[in-house]
Amino acid sequence: MLFIFVCIGSSCHLKGSYEMVQKFEAAIARYKLQDEVVLAGSFCLGRCNRRGVTVKINDDVYEGVQVEAFDDFFKEHVLTPLGRKAE
Amino acid sequence: MRKFDTKVQDLKYRVLREVAMHAWKGDLLESIHDIPKAIVPGNEPTMRCCVYKERAILDERVKLAIGGDKNNPNVIEVIDIACDECPMGGFEVSNACRGCLAHRCEEACPRGAIYFDHHQHAHIDKTKCVECGRCAKVCPYGAILDHKRPCQRACKIKAISMSETKAASIDNDTCIACGACVYQCPFGAISDKSYILNVIDMIKKSQNNQRYKVYAIVAPSIASQFTYVKLGQVIAGIKALGFYTTVEVALGADLVAMNEAKELAEKGFLTSSCCPAFVDYVEKQFPTLRDHVSHNLSPMGAIAKYIKETDPTGKVVFIGPCTAKKAEVLKDTLRPFVDCAITFEELQALFDSKELDLASMEEDVLDNASYFGRIFARSGGLSDAVREALKEQGLDKEFELKPIACDGIEECRTALLKASKKVLDANFIEGMACIGGCIGGAGCLTHGEKNRMGVDKYGKEAMEKSMEDAIRVMEIGGSTPDIRKESALFCPLEPQD
Repeated sequence: MLFIFVCIGSSCHLKGSYEMVQKFEAAIARYKLQDEVVLAGSFCLGRCNRRGVTVKINDDVYEGVQVEAFDDFFKEHVLTPLGRKAE
Repeated sequence: MRKFDTKVQDLKYRVLREVAMHAWKGDLLESIHDIPKAIVPGNEPTMRCCVYKERAILDERVKLAIGGDKNNPNVIEVIDIACDECPMGGFEVSNACRGCLAHRCEEACPRGAIYFDHHQHAHIDKTKCVECGRCAKVCPYGAILDHKRPCQRACKIKAISMSETKAASIDNDTCIACGACVYQCPFGAISDKSYILNVIDMIKKSQNNQRYKVYAIVAPSIASQFTYVKLGQVIAGIKALGFYTTVEVALGADLVAMNEAKELAEKGFLTSSCCPAFVDYVEKQFPTLRDHVSHNLSPMGAIAKYIKETDPTGKVVFIGPCTAKKAEVLKDTLRPFVDCAITFEELQALFDSKELDLASMEEDVLDNASYFGRIFARSGGLSDAVREALKEQGLDKEFELKPIACDGIEECRTALLKASKKVLDANFIEGMACIGGCIGGAGCLTHGEKNRMGVDKYGKEAMEKSMEDAIRVMEIGGSTPDIRKESALFCPLEPQD
């Protein structure tokens, strides 16, 4: 089970939290991961920066994740740990 | 760089700052009796008849700063010994009366209360006078004066009277804690209780937000405050105080406006529920209209509830312009969500108690809400937001909004009276107890013409242009609150570096 928190605090909001959330939702639906992943928002994950959105997956915090690089991020940190292959 | 409107506010602030300084240090108990002397050193009185009275009153102010009288349920209290026992005769004719021929005063008086002596000088028959003030308005010499006490004049709902000792006395069953008297009393004899100690305690015990996180939620009227620095620096300052992060209450306002629009279209008639003083007023004076008050939480409650759903162990502190919010957070409906409410005055005191130099700080950001959520802070904003919310949800075709934006409790009273008699030509009452809306709140540092502009400007800076866009983030993953709770409990607390 993966718990994914997308930061929706002010700093990340300005960097595109919502687009990030949409990408996650679409990818979770595409790979039918609804039973293996819980997606939630969090006000500030404490790593505000000017580069991108902060995402936390279980105990690991990834800062500066960019919407453009979403596919690679999802593959590396969600699909691979779940033993899935990217389509 | 003007921090406050009056010296009374400044004095209250100095007391709060001293109390906070000792509380951070942890030596408040030992030094509490030294605070009055620290504020009034020497032997020369500067405010009252002697330094001893000054210090005695300061002792009382310290008491209010640490939470006030626990036996008094009202968050607004009178400091008896600070009350100057101002004269209070109501309207009286002064010796500027020339005994003229016109006698406009007599004509203007609807009760026939004006009579004349053999010098043609006007007098007022107190048994007939209803204090409407029309005589004073028409006197060409301005000879008729209102000797009402400033506190009584400020209290439009007549909750203040004179006690046996001639000091002001508040009727708790009528008072709505709007704080108008607090701001207007020239002697600072009425004050709101402060809960800054709870905030300091919460922050200290969080151990840098490691044991739990302390969230600050700020009201949108902040855009009109702390104008000597940039808003981003105020947000940085809040973090420097030890808060984990700051969230806009305006995002809660976006959510409220969307839900309120739906509720309005369903029920056909509604009053707002944002202003706690207004809601309290409806409950106390117009109980038959109680069911027409929107069942939505206030924006403060809505955003706090959302934060607690994402982080159940988090603590939430409301920072705003409002004294009535201090009473609102004690209600059973709000208690689970908001842990404490403080004012901008108190935030200023907290900043200075830690000697934070906001001007030198790097700007932080505050951006979640839409334009509409942010303009809740000024009169008329809520009506605009509800109109927009009806439109965004496609409800404007079937429901025609007819709002009445009541600016100040007197206008609220008029609208509510009409509504109770079913003769109000409106289907939505925006009730704001303070003149101008929240920017006129008693807990604001400054009040002025520019404040409304400040709020509108801040509204326009919002990244999200529609409310629908702003509240998207609150529906992440389509997750039900239950799932959210479960996942948030799982979320281990983040040590900050």
